[in-house]
Parts: sequence; C-alpha cells; structure tokens
Amino acid sequence: MYFTQHFWELLFQGIRLGSLYALIAIGYTMVYGVLQLINFAHSEVFMSGALGGVFMLTALAGTNGNIPSGFSAFEYTALALIAGAVVSAAVAFSLERVAYRPLRKRHAPKLVYLITAIGASIFLYNLAGKLFGRNNLQVPESFHSGPVFVLPGSGPSGPRTVKTLDVLIIATAFVMMIVLDLVINRTKLGSGIRAVAQDAETAQLMGVDVGKVISRTFIIGGLLAGVGGVLYAMFHAVSYTMGFIPGIKAFTAAVLGGIGNVRGAMLGGLLLGIVESFSQGIIPNGLEWVDVVSFVVLVVVLLIRPTGILGERTGRAA
Amino acid sequence: MSDQASTIPAPRTEASPSDNAALLELSSVEVAYGGIVALKGIDLEVRQGEIVALLGANGAGKTTTLRTVSGLLKPRSGEVRYAGEALTGIPAHKIVQLGIGHSPEGRRIFSRMTVLENLQMGAYRFKSVSQKDLDQVFELFPRLQERRTQLGGNLSGGEQQMLAIGRAMMGQPALLLLDEPSMGLAPLIVAQIFEIIERINALGTTILLVEQNAAQALKLAHRGYVLETGEVVMSAPAGELLNDPRIREAYLGETAE
Ligand SMILES: Nc1ncnc2c1ncn2[C@@H]1O[C@H](COP(=O)(O)OP(=O)(O)OP(=O)(O)O)[C@@H](O)[C@H]1O
Ligand SMILES: [Mg+2]
Repeated sequence: MYFTQHFWELLFQGIRLGSLYALIAIGYTMVYGVLQLINFAHSEVFMSGALGGVFMLTALAGTNGNIPSGFSAFEYTALALIAGAVVSAAVAFSLERVAYRPLRKRHAPKLVYLITAIGASIFLYNLAGKLFGRNNLQVPESFHSGPVFVLPGSGPSGPRTVKTLDVLIIATAFVMMIVLDLVINRTKLGSGIRAVAQDAETAQLMGVDVGKVISRTFIIGGLLAGVGGVLYAMFHAVSYTMGFIPGIKAFTAAVLGGIGNVRGAMLGGLLLGIVESFSQGIIPNGLEWVDVVSFVVLVVVLLIRPTGILGERTGRAA
Repeated sequence: MSDQASTIPAPRTEASPSDNAALLELSSVEVAYGGIVALKGIDLEVRQGEIVALLGANGAGKTTTLRTVSGLLKPRSGEVRYAGEALTGIPAHKIVQLGIGHSPEGRRIFSRMTVLENLQMGAYRFKSVSQKDLDQVFELFPRLQERRTQLGGNLSGGEQQMLAIGRAMMGQPALLLLDEPSMGLAPLIVAQIFEIIERINALGTTILLVEQNAAQALKLAHRGYVLETGEVVMSAPAGELLNDPRIREAYLGETAE
C-alpha cells in the first residue's frame, strides 16, 4: 500500500510543512493572547518576510542561475533569513502602531479590530502587488540542496532522500521554537507577555507596560513569520498573494492547538502538516482533498475539545 | 533620647500616625464611566503610617476610588496627589514605580502561573526579585511557601487573597491599597488576614483598606471614611465611627434604638 510504503517520507514531509505552519501560527496565537485579536494581516507579515528574503538573495546572488557554494552559500542563506525576519518584524510592528494601537487607546469593540485586521491584510497584499508586480517572483537558490540521508521505504520514484534544504527548514524552525519557548518561560519579557495574556489590567498593577509588551509580541511574531516566509520561499511560488493559504492554515493550526497557547500553536502546526501529508498518501488523488481533510480534523477536534488541544481558557470574556 | 520618653508610654492619640504628613491626597476627585458619575468630587487623605478604612455599601464607589489612585481610571476632574506629587497623566504601570501597591477586588491572581511566579510578577518593577522580600512574604504567609509550585488558579479563596496581598508586597509599596480582602472568606481566615494587615502596617506600610466588613476594618484602622453613592458622607477617627449610631445601624447591622 502506498501509505505504508511511504510512511517515513510522508511523515517527514508533514513535519517539514508543519514546522512552517508552526512558525506562522505562533504569531497568531501570541497576538491573540495579548490582544484577543485574530490578526488576519499576519499572513501578509509572512508574505513581506518572504519578499524581503527573496530581494536579499537576488541582491547577493543575482539571477544568473549560479548557485553559491561554500561560505557564500551559508552567508547568503543566513542573510536572507535575517532580512526576512527583520522585514516581517518591521511590518508587524508598524501594523500594531498604525492600525491596532489607536483602537486600543479608544477602547474599540473587538469587532472593529477584526474589520481593521481584514482591511490591513487587503491593504498590505495589494500594496505589495502594486510595488513588486503581480507575477511570481524568481527566487535564486542560495545553496545547492544536496542529499543528506535517505529515508527508509521506497516507492515508484525510488527512495526519498532528505536534502540540505529539508534539514535547514526543520532545524531552523525547531531552533526558533525552542528559543521562543525559553523566552516565554524564562525571561522577564516572557513573564510580561504571559501576565498581559492572562489579565492585562492586573499586569499593569505589577508595573508591566502593556503597550510595550503588545508591541514586542508583534515583533516576535513577525520575526518567526519572516523566517518561515523565507524558508517557504525556497520551495514555493513567491508572490503578493502567497500569504493567504499558509496564513489560513497556520491560523487553523493555532486554533487546533488552543488559541493563545504558544506550545499549542507549535503542536497544532506540526499536527496539521502531518495530517495534510498523510491524507495525500492515503486518499487517492489526495492533493485535491488536503484542505478538506485539514478542516474536517479541525472541526472534529473542536467538537471534542472546544478550546483546542492545549487550550485551557474556557469561557473567557471576549 | 530622654529617660522619660522610654519609660512613660505615650498615649495612642499622641503617637498616632494620623498626625503625620499626608502620603495620599484626593481633592474633589470626580470619576465617570461614560455618562455614569461614580465619584462626585471626593476628598480623602491617607497619612504616612496610617491604616485608613474606606467603607460603603455596594456600588458606593470604593473600588473606583482605588482604581483611580493606581491610575487604572482617570479622574474627570480633581487631583490625586501622592507624596506631594500630582499623579495626573501618569499611567498605571508607572504609578506602581512610585511605591503604590494594589491588591485588587476579586484578587485577580494570574491563574496559570504558580504561586512563586505570581510573587515574582509582584516584583516586576525591579531588575531582580529580592530574596529578602520573598522571605518576608513567606514569613507573613507560610501557606504560600508550602504552595509555591502550585498554580494560582488551584488555590483556595483564602490562599488567593494571601497571594494577592503578598504579590502587592513584593513591589515594596509605601502605600498599599487593599480592596475587600475579606470578601467571601470564612471568619477565621478573615481574622488571620486582618491580623497580617496590621503587621504589614506595623512594618511601615501605609494602608488604604476598602471593606464591607465595617466592624473589623474599623477595629484595625486609625481613621475611616464612609462613601455613599460617590460622595464622602462621613470621615472620622475609627473609634468614633465605631460608636456612631448611624454607622452602627447602616454598616454594623444594628437597629437604631
Ligand atoms: N466598568 C464600569 N462601567 C460602568 N459603571 C461602572 C463600572 N464599574 C463600576 N461602575 C459603577 O460605578 C459605581 C461605583 O462602583 P464601584 O465598583 O466603585 O463600587 P464599590 O463601592 O466598589 O462596590 P462593591 O462593594 O460592590 O465592590 C457603581 O454604580 C457601579 O455600577
Ligand atoms: Mg468594589
């Protein structure tokens, strides 16, 4: 059977996709935590990072098709990831300043935030389309993605080899998630973020500057989404609308894991990636069914656990 | 220091902190929620070293008063002064820095943080958590030390109240605002908590205590204010209020004779 034959390959592919979903999902869940807002413009934060990384690569490596090797390969890849992180963080930061902070100052109802978020999303991707064109952008390769090791199991197309790019994606994503987890649980900034998420007013009574914490939360979410965007750009089409589908998926992952819960977003992302990958392996013509399956999984999980897998917040007032 | 001063105990009235300089002053403070005026221009004063009780029925404006002092609410008019400085326009998280601690109504424990993390949050305004303060809080509330790894949300009501006070103490407040620390607690726990409030005061912290439990609050306090629908209707030394027939009728559950 295809699925059993390709189990490891499918699992691996799922983890690769899922770790990117997780990187994006963290931004949704953290912003929800401190602001109870679904930041629909987060998909555009992700897109901006991808563009930032691609422009950096183009500037460094050019478009002549030469693939850098040795130290240049490492350097270009690292610079692209950093550029993506910085651009996304800047977009996320500005988004909060320009769009959400004025609403918070005026105690706007949550519905107004939601509409603002949708508006900001539409504004940002149209702006990107206007500035950088509506066609797919060419993405130069920053390194030669050679085989690293071979996965067990074989199929019609031969055994699946794990390549440098795969390792880069998964390793980068996991390192960022571990660092984030430490920041959240071990640092003062982390305790400020957790306090604001649990009770913003009481956090103020402790001396927490809620505005600053919210701003930094957007920056952190942006950094992760930007890195995710650059990694995604290394094996997907890059354009001004590229954020939409991964954004929706990552939002789904955040809800699946329990919105507001950072570890939940990581778990939800990985799980969703694996489910999508497996459904491609199990269902004939699976690719067409992927999105149906992921949303069925979401609905079923929410029926059993309305707060998501790790969600503990029940009945919290909006 | 003369011999006399150390051998003859001064009568309480002469040594009373009520003669000290004011630490907190509210003058004509008016606070409104949208169109609803909750405080109609109140004057109130807490002097260095005092315990001042703020009494009143439900909805009188007690919580509103405390939230205005700590900057969560902005007065529509009037002024709040702390240590001689106007607090106008200073955001809540900076008012904490000035030395005002607030144990809010309903305790507001961070339920998904442990007891220890809650106490560390109380010291957020400092670079690092002082072990000395932590030891002091654990000395005042040994129960919190036993439960330090437990989640705040899993504590009993009494323990949560102790944690709320302990957390506020971690910020080394010169002025501590306590909003109904006895709410919903068994008489024995209430007695314990009131005793600890007295100890905290003896250690040098000035206290503004909001209570519905008027009798017990007045036994502890140096002075008291009575709020009625957003106005101060009475203010006097605690002993006088305790013996005032109107207070006895309205707040101590006695019928007029
Ligand atoms: N967020 C709010 N929005 C509108 N009105 C409010 C709000 N909070 C309080 N009020 C009103 O302000 C008045 C004073 O309320 P406050 O909470 O200060 O009273 P309190 O003396 O603390 O009462 P309690 O003993 O019940 O705690 C009440 O009439 C109340 O209905
Ligand atoms: Mg109250």
